[in-house]
Amino acid sequence: MNNMAKGVLRPIARKYDEEEHAYPTELDMFKGIQIMGRPKKKKKEDDAPAEGGNGKTPKGVNLSTVATIEEMCWGDAGLLLSIPNAGLGNAAIAAVATDEQLEKFGKMWAAMAITEPGSGSDSGSISTTAVLDGDQWVLNGEKIFVTCADRCDCVVVWATVDKKAGKGGIKSFIVEKDTPGFRLETLEHKLGIRASDTGTFVLDDCRIPRENLLGSEEVKTQTEGFKGVMKTFDNTRPMVASMAIGIARAALDFLKEQMEEEGSEPDYHRNPNNVSSIEKEYYMMEANLEAMRLLTWRAAWMADNEQFNNVEASMSKAKAGREGTRITQKCCELLGPMGISREHLAEKWMRDSKIMDIFEGTGQIQHLIVARNVLGMSSKELK
Amino acid sequence: MICFELSEEQSVMKETAAKMVKNLIADNAHQMDEDGHIPDEYLNTFWELGTTPYMIPEEYGGYGMGASPLMNSLVLEELAAGDMGYAVAATLPGLMVQAVLDLGSEPQKEHYLPDYCADTYTTGTLAICEKHFRADPVEPRTTAVKKNGSVILNGEKCFVPMATRAEHVLVGAQLDGENALFIVNKNTPGMTIGEREKNIGPNTLETFTVSFNDCEIPAGQQLGDGQDQQYQKILHRTRTALSAIGTGIARASFEYARDYAKERVQFGEPIAGRQSVAFMIAEMAYEVDSMRLMTWKAASALEAGNDAARSSYLAKLYAGEMAMKVTDFGVQVLGGHGYVRDHPVERYYRNGRTIAVLEGMAAV
Repeated sequence: MNNMAKGVLRPIARKYDEEEHAYPTELDMFKGIQIMGRPKKKKKEDDAPAEGGNGKTPKGVNLSTVATIEEMCWGDAGLLLSIPNAGLGNAAIAAVATDEQLEKFGKMWAAMAITEPGSGSDSGSISTTAVLDGDQWVLNGEKIFVTCADRCDCVVVWATVDKKAGKGGIKSFIVEKDTPGFRLETLEHKLGIRASDTGTFVLDDCRIPRENLLGSEEVKTQTEGFKGVMKTFDNTRPMVASMAIGIARAALDFLKEQMEEEGSEPDYHRNPNNVSSIEKEYYMMEANLEAMRLLTWRAAWMADNEQFNNVEASMSKAKAGREGTRITQKCCELLGPMGISREHLAEKWMRDSKIMDIFEGTGQIQHLIVARNVLGMSSKELK
Repeated sequence: MICFELSEEQSVMKETAAKMVKNLIADNAHQMDEDGHIPDEYLNTFWELGTTPYMIPEEYGGYGMGASPLMNSLVLEELAAGDMGYAVAATLPGLMVQAVLDLGSEPQKEHYLPDYCADTYTTGTLAICEKHFRADPVEPRTTAVKKNGSVILNGEKCFVPMATRAEHVLVGAQLDGENALFIVNKNTPGMTIGEREKNIGPNTLETFTVSFNDCEIPAGQQLGDGQDQQYQKILHRTRTALSAIGTGIARASFEYARDYAKERVQFGEPIAGRQSVAFMIAEMAYEVDSMRLMTWKAASALEAGNDAARSSYLAKLYAGEMAMKVTDFGVQVLGGHGYVRDHPVERYYRNGRTIAVLEGMAAV
């Protein structure tokens, strides 16, 4: 995996950082590989559970996935997000689609559209509406910060069928790109992960077939649908943590190379206060990187062993999001001119890592989830 | 194969230690800290669990079960969550035993290990810290010079736990530019144990400055064949142990602060309902977990017989930093009440600071 990152991603990392929105043709080699699939179903009970949670996954897949993601992001995080057919929408489809939906949409590149101008962390407050009109759903609203907006074939859109029902009214709908009333309005110009296309969609009386409501009948009728989708985040949080780890490690490895070239090898024995300032900072970052990784692997391991890992997943993202950012910032500082020059990738890693503490649940939300969990307090008791 | 769950055996060991702490230490820790004293009875209770003789092979008088760094880490965390000084004192015999088992020659094992199979608490100790500014266990200023089949030791060590009770003192010194450990029997002329030291903590642990003035010991008391490499191996074990101890102290602080914050009402609701407090508690929670996982990673390397230099160093470095951070939050969450000795968080804070500074103390 590391060879892939080094051989394929690193050489093109700067190119797509500079040429924001250019399509990374080099990644087309991944098109044949189905990264987010679903294992062959054996019996009827293998249908996705009613809560719309995770389908049965092969043993060890979460741990191997986080390890792979770390390596790929050591290569380039923006490019990882741009791998064909590996959108967040693909994960949702793999998890909850019916057989028919999987057949129709399973091979497409699917993005996920949740966030709106007025709904960020409070994803339960989304206002995009879906109204049933005969054989069709009619969608209206605006979605922002959609990853793979330009390159995807379809988008899993969260919309509410009944605003008064709150979270219970939220469902997901599959909208294909060329559907009338569905338009890619703009692509964002970002601080980092510039290789990843992030865009805004407008839904203007967008009509989709009734069958495009994602999931089985139970998912459709149950109010647990929202909670179920939130549960899939228990699996994606460690993955984002891994992204942060990969980027931070890239920065740290680069710093280490410079230190070694200068003649200072970490010795792991001396009093840390007797080494140079830069060495001590290096040790502290290395220790934090270990902590980030162990928390993340624990969460992934628990998922693989079918243990409920809500707090552990949030812990991993809380720690990794925050520390990953600090590590990349500190490395730029310690690298001096090499840390701010665009001749090297360090400054890009600092820009790339910042988003890891923001998307898929901000660090503040992660801390809130951990806090509520360890304190045994509800969202009413701890806002 | 990576695993984040304890085995049945490990769970039992952890629970046994936790139960003992709950029954014996939890309610007495405050008074022990005020008195600066651990009753012998408490040391013997732990001794009677048999952990030290368990480590010692049968041919030397023990039960021969072997020592497990992972098990020791679990036990140390539990004991330290009760009281840090107790954790060190109770497990101190194991430190001596581990060193001899790991690095000693066959005659040394035969000679020293049987003493630690006694019926009541019997301990050795490790003298590895030095007093001067920027002291470093891998650059000891204590010297060892070979002379006519003897070794002459000169120098001074501090933070030597239970020195007055130790049957044997393991001393770190520099011999011909290499670091080595030497076994000094109690009452050896030239070794002087000073007055008990006064430290910020742990108050329950007796520590001493031990001076060596032309202290002569037989050359055969140099531990093992005394390569620098071996000296470092002791540090791998002691650093992992300090990491486990730091985890225990931090955990105790987190649990106390968490429970307090749910009970303490201000502005009409528990303070745990305010993000500024809740976020401190969340950080305490995941940093304790991080410290523990790093401890386990180092202990696993030791258990497998792999090189634990990097993992033990990073675990201790992290634990030193985080034990301070977490115990600081512990006092902060309790506010003014965290500042008085009625609550244990001030004790955790004082003890938490020592993790980054200390070396030796315990081994896994």
